[in-house]
Amino acid sequence: MAHGEAGVRAGRAMTRRVMNGKDANPEIPEKEGPLTPGLPNATPSGVGQQAGPALEPRPDPLARLPLPFQAVDYGLKGYHLEAAVQPDQVVSAAQHLDREGFSLDTITGVDWLAQGQMEVVYDYFHPSRGLRAVVRTRIPRENPEIPTLSQVFPGANWHERETHDFFGIRFLGHPDLSPFLLPEDADYHPLRKDFEA
Amino acid sequence: MIVNEPTCSSAAGTAPRETFVLNLGPQHPATHGVLRVKMTMDGEYVLRAEPVCGYIHRMQEKMGENRTYAQYLPNTSRIDYLSAMTYTHGFVGAVERAARIVVPPRAEYIRVITSELNRISSHLVWWGAFLLDLGGFTPLLYAFDDREMILDLLEGITGARLTYCYYRFGGLYNDVDEAFLRGARQFVLHMRPRLKMYRALVTENIILRKRLIGIGPISAELCRKYGATGPVVRGSGVPYDVRKAEPYSVYRELDFDIPAFPEGDSMARYLVRMEEMAQSLRIIEQALDKLPDGPVMAEKVPRVLKLPAGDYCYAVEAARGRFMVRLVSDNKEIPYRVKLRTPCLSNLSLFEEASRGMLLADALALLGSLDMVIPDIDR
Repeated sequence: MAHGEAGVRAGRAMTRRVMNGKDANPEIPEKEGPLTPGLPNATPSGVGQQAGPALEPRPDPLARLPLPFQAVDYGLKGYHLEAAVQPDQVVSAAQHLDREGFSLDTITGVDWLAQGQMEVVYDYFHPSRGLRAVVRTRIPRENPEIPTLSQVFPGANWHERETHDFFGIRFLGHPDLSPFLLPEDADYHPLRKDFEA
Repeated sequence: MIVNEPTCSSAAGTAPRETFVLNLGPQHPATHGVLRVKMTMDGEYVLRAEPVCGYIHRMQEKMGENRTYAQYLPNTSRIDYLSAMTYTHGFVGAVERAARIVVPPRAEYIRVITSELNRISSHLVWWGAFLLDLGGFTPLLYAFDDREMILDLLEGITGARLTYCYYRFGGLYNDVDEAFLRGARQFVLHMRPRLKMYRALVTENIILRKRLIGIGPISAELCRKYGATGPVVRGSGVPYDVRKAEPYSVYRELDFDIPAFPEGDSMARYLVRMEEMAQSLRIIEQALDKLPDGPVMAEKVPRVLKLPAGDYCYAVEAARGRFMVRLVSDNKEIPYRVKLRTPCLSNLSLFEEASRGMLLADALALLGSLDMVIPDIDR
């Protein structure tokens, strides 16, 4: 930089004040301490930190939750914990995992045609503990209805819309179940096993 | 609808506010593909920006249910076409996990080298295109010049320039040659000073800084609620990276840092990606040093795979964040269900909330800083 070097070097804080006349970033909350000792949160300097080796899960790190979580061999399955719950428990399960600091990974369905059931699978990951948890439930295939998680995790909105597109599972209380990836007039559900193109 | 910005209202809160709908896309340069955003505007301010997805939907997950695992593998490099190596890694990883195939170490090291090269080339495309969004044309030419070296290197061993299908269940399609190893080392030496030059040319440029600093702040909590990953969450100060959180391949044996910047603004996301390129160079250099001899393919991988019944997940850190494959097998040659969890879908889903009350030009800077690849959302 041949010119303006000093101004640039003055740093981000000053540029911000110049721009907005106030702290430009008021929404970012005070950082909480790390959830697990040994895993650092971001330092203000930013660069150069290391999350360290992923912690092996303790036998059942979510044992105190009123959910039937069972430890799974991560090396074989790709997740640490799984719980099969009743359809009306998925929201409370999401609330518990939300309080534990989990983030919603994805929501999807599996059509078990032979058993006349739809499986709904909720994947969670923990942004600082490196944990993966799976919550699954089954609902009748003829009347696939289940409460929405979008009030707990707003990110569930799109995942549920997609699952409704593909499987016809109705998420009760969802703000908008109009086709998400399918055409706007789609009235078919292509991932149902009896779907014929 | 409440607008956050105090200076915003055109009528200063007196007359009834007149709003209009601005349709952005589906063919618009700022959306980098066929994404449509329905924007309700109050003058220059965004009241609500609703992404409309699905214009390039190909039903990738249904395709997974009517062909064998090997036949489906090339599909996975066409989801996020800029990050094809990591995506095929996610799929072969899921199959290898289910079939309990042990991959030879040489193959894993080469996977890391090629994946990190791919990450750099993906970040270079983002860098050039993002700056193009902001009105700077020149950096794109530098970025594509450097990216060309990566594409040539990868073309030499994989035969493809973009949609690689180099990883196979149990290893690699073929071993790397001397030219590739020499070229990869040369690229590392070439790229380090280039990153310095990028810093002087662009990162420290006062115009860029004024466009990005403090623009589009996203809090760590918002990222968590929406499942945002990759440079987006790391730009909000959370050092979440699948390579550390759920170490796969040989990342455990390599020394690298996860850059995270706590500011949460578009500049933070920019800096994360710039720093990540330097870290990828570090990884490539170490992996080249440690590259063991030996086969690149596991022995006795059956030609037709039948995975044991059950479900299997495998997550990788793609250039845009966490990509996860969830396979459900019923012990047949064809998968019962293939779920693709793609980072761009979750990262874009927070846009509506994050862009509320922003100036249109700033909202587009925010959209660019999220680094969207539309086929990755629509699948």
